Amino acid sequence: MPESESRKRRPWIIRWLKIWTVRVVLIYVALFGLSVLVLLGFVYVTTVGFIDRQVNATIDAELNGLRERYAEQGLAGLLEVIGERIANDRTGETIYLLTDGEYNQVAGNIQSWPTDVERQGRWASFQIDRAPGEPGLNGDVRAMSFLLDEGYHLMVGRFIRERQNFDNLILQSIIWSLLITVGLGALGGFIMSIDMRRRLDRINRTTQRIMQGDLQQRVPVSDSDDEFDRLSRNLNAMLTQIDRLMLAMREVTDNVAHDLRSPLTRLKSRLEVTLLSQKTTEEYRRALEQSVVETDKILSTFNALLSIAQAEAGSIGDNSDVIDLDSLIGDIAELYEPVAEAREIEMTVRLGKIPSIKGDRHLLFQAAANLVDNAVKYSPNGGKVRVETRRAADPDWVEVVVGDSGLGIPEAERPRVVERFVRLEQSRTTPGNGLGLSLVSAVMHRHGGELVLEDNEPGLRAILRLRAS
Amino acid sequence: MQAVMEHSASGARELAARDFWAGRIDFMRVLVIEDDEETAAYMVKGLKESGYIVDHAKEGRDGLFHAMSASHDVLIIDRMLPNVDGLSIVQAIRAAGVKTPALILSALGSVDDRVKGLRAGGDDYLTKPYAFSELLARLEVIMKRSGGTAVETKLRVHDLEMDLLSRSVHRGKSEIDLQPREFKLLEYLMRNAGHVVTRTMLLEHVWDYHFDPQTNVIDVHVSRLRQKLDKGFDKPLLHTVRGAGYVLRPPTD
Repeated sequence: MPESESRKRRPWIIRWLKIWTVRVVLIYVALFGLSVLVLLGFVYVTTVGFIDRQVNATIDAELNGLRERYAEQGLAGLLEVIGERIANDRTGETIYLLTDGEYNQVAGNIQSWPTDVERQGRWASFQIDRAPGEPGLNGDVRAMSFLLDEGYHLMVGRFIRERQNFDNLILQSIIWSLLITVGLGALGGFIMSIDMRRRLDRINRTTQRIMQGDLQQRVPVSDSDDEFDRLSRNLNAMLTQIDRLMLAMREVTDNVAHDLRSPLTRLKSRLEVTLLSQKTTEEYRRALEQSVVETDKILSTFNALLSIAQAEAGSIGDNSDVIDLDSLIGDIAELYEPVAEAREIEMTVRLGKIPSIKGDRHLLFQAAANLVDNAVKYSPNGGKVRVETRRAADPDWVEVVVGDSGLGIPEAERPRVVERFVRLEQSRTTPGNGLGLSLVSAVMHRHGGELVLEDNEPGLRAILRLRAS
Repeated sequence: MQAVMEHSASGARELAARDFWAGRIDFMRVLVIEDDEETAAYMVKGLKESGYIVDHAKEGRDGLFHAMSASHDVLIIDRMLPNVDGLSIVQAIRAAGVKTPALILSALGSVDDRVKGLRAGGDDYLTKPYAFSELLARLEVIMKRSGGTAVETKLRVHDLEMDLLSRSVHRGKSEIDLQPREFKLLEYLMRNAGHVVTRTMLLEHVWDYHFDPQTNVIDVHVSRLRQKLDKGFDKPLLHTVRGAGYVLRPPTD
C-alpha cells in the first residue's frame, strides 16, 4: 500500500508524534515543566531582590555609623570603633578597611585595597582570596567605600554567601522539581491517554462487531456523562435508527414479495394457458392485452411501495422547498374537481390563507391528492367532499382537512388502515391497492407531521397536521 | 415484458407508419446505450418496429464514442453503465457541444435523481419500469422540442388556432372558452401535435407535479377539453391512443 510506504519514509520523530499517547505525554510534560519554571523563577527573582536590598541596607548603615563616629571623634575614634566591630563580629561576615591616601592599610580585617574596585561612593563586588595562613573568610564580597576628610579611604563590605546559598538552593529546587514534574507529567499523560484509548477501543470493538453483522450490539455507556458517554449515546441512537430503517425495509420487501406474488402468478398462468393450445390471432391479442393491464397494475403497486419506502427512508431537508399549501391544495382540488363533478359530488374548497411550510412539494402533493382521491372515490354519487386548509389550535401548526360523506372508517379500524395493503371489507369493490393511506402516513412522518382520521358524521375526515415554517 | 412491448409497439407502429407515408418524417436514427442485453434487445426490436433505425452500445465508453459522433437524432441512455455512467456521457457530450436530444433511463426515481439527470443535460428522464409506449411518446416529444425553438405567438392544428398573446382559442369561426388549466393542457397538446403524449407527461408539464394518480383524473380533464374542442365538429382532433395516451392531430383524409 502506497500510504504505508510513505509513512515509513518519514523521520522517526514524525512517526512518534503520530502516536497519540506520545503527543499527550509531551504536552503534559511541557505544561508541567513550564509551570514549575515560572513559579520558581518568580520566587527566585523576588527573594534575591529582597536579600540584596538587605545586604545593601546593612552596609549603608554600618558605613554611616563609622562616618558619624569619624566626624565626632576623628581618626582615633574611628580606629577604636573599627577594632570593636571586628572583635564583635565573630563570624567574620563583615569586612572593614581603612587606608591612607596611598591605599596602605591603617586598620581593618583585610590586608589591602582590592585592585580593581572603585574608590568611592559606588557599589562594588569582588572576591577575597587570602594568602594561606591569614585568618578570615574567603569568598565573594559586596562593598561600598567612602573618602574621608583627611584623605583616608574607608570601605565596608559583607560576604554574600547567603545569597549564593540561596542561588544554589533555587537551582537545586528547579532541577528536582523539573525531574519530578516530568516524571509525574509523563505518568499522568500516559494514564490519561491509556484511559481514553481504552474507551475508544471499546467503541471501536463494538463498531467492528456491528460491521460483522451483529446489529444488536450497542456501545457501552458509563455513568460519568462525559463527552465519551455522549458520543456513545449518539452512536447508539444512530444504530437504533438504522435498525428501525432496516426493519422497515425488510417489511417493505416482505410486503412486495407477498403482494406482487399473486398478480405475477395470475399473469404467468394466463400466459401459460394461452400457449397451451393453438388460438386465433384475435385471441392471442386479447390475452396479451389482458396481460398488459395486469402488468400495469403490478407496476403501479410496485411504484406506490417504492414511493412509501422513499418517503420513509429520506429525511426532510434533502428536498426541502418552501411550500404554499393553499396553492398546492388549490391545484389538487382543481385536478379532482372534474372527477367529482362527473359523479355529481359537490366539492367545496376553503383555503384559510395559512402560513407556508417546508417540505417536499411532490410528496406533499401526492399525499394530499391521495386523500382527495379517496374522498371522491368513497363518496356516493351526489355526495359531498370538503377540502380545507386552516391553522391548527396550536398556532405553530397548520392543517389540511379532507372530509367526505361516504361510509367512513369505524374507530377501531382507523389505526389499521394506514398499514400497507390493508383494505376494509366495505372497499373491496372499489379499485385501489391498499397503499394510499400508508403513503400519506409515510409522507407525514417524513415531514414531522401526522395524519389524523376522524368521524365526519357521516363519512371520514382526514387531517394532515404539519408544522408551519 | 414482451407482452407490454408487442402490444404497445403495434399501436405506435401504426402511427409511425402513418407519419412516414404522410411524408412527415424521415427514418430517425436512435442510439441506445444500455448494458443489460435482454432489455436492450427488446428495446431495439420495439424501436425498429416503430420505424427507427437503431444503433446499440453495450457499455459507457463505446456509447460515449458513438454519441460524440453526433450522427443520431436521439439518444437513449441508461443511467448505470459499466466504464462511463449515463450522466457522465450526457455531461461529456454537452460539454463537447453535441446537442442531440437525450432521454435518460434509470431505476432511481426520486425527484432528486430526476433533477440531477436533467441538470446533467438530459432532455427527459424516465424511471424504470416504464411502459414502452411512454418511452416512444417521450422520444418523439424531445426530438421535436430540439427542432423548433423559435418563439411562437400562434399555434395552429388544422382549423384549431391558439393565440398565445391574447390567450384565445378559435376553431373555425367560433371561439372556444377555456379555463386556465384547460388552456395549458391544450397548449401542450398543440405544441406536440401529431405526437402521442402520455398521462404522466401531462401531469409533469401541465400540472407540474410528479405523482402517481390513483384514479384517472387526467382522463376526465381531457374528455372535458374534448367536449369543448370537438363537439359540433364532424372531424375530431383530439384522440385517445389506447394503452398510451392522447394525440392531437389534423384529420387524415
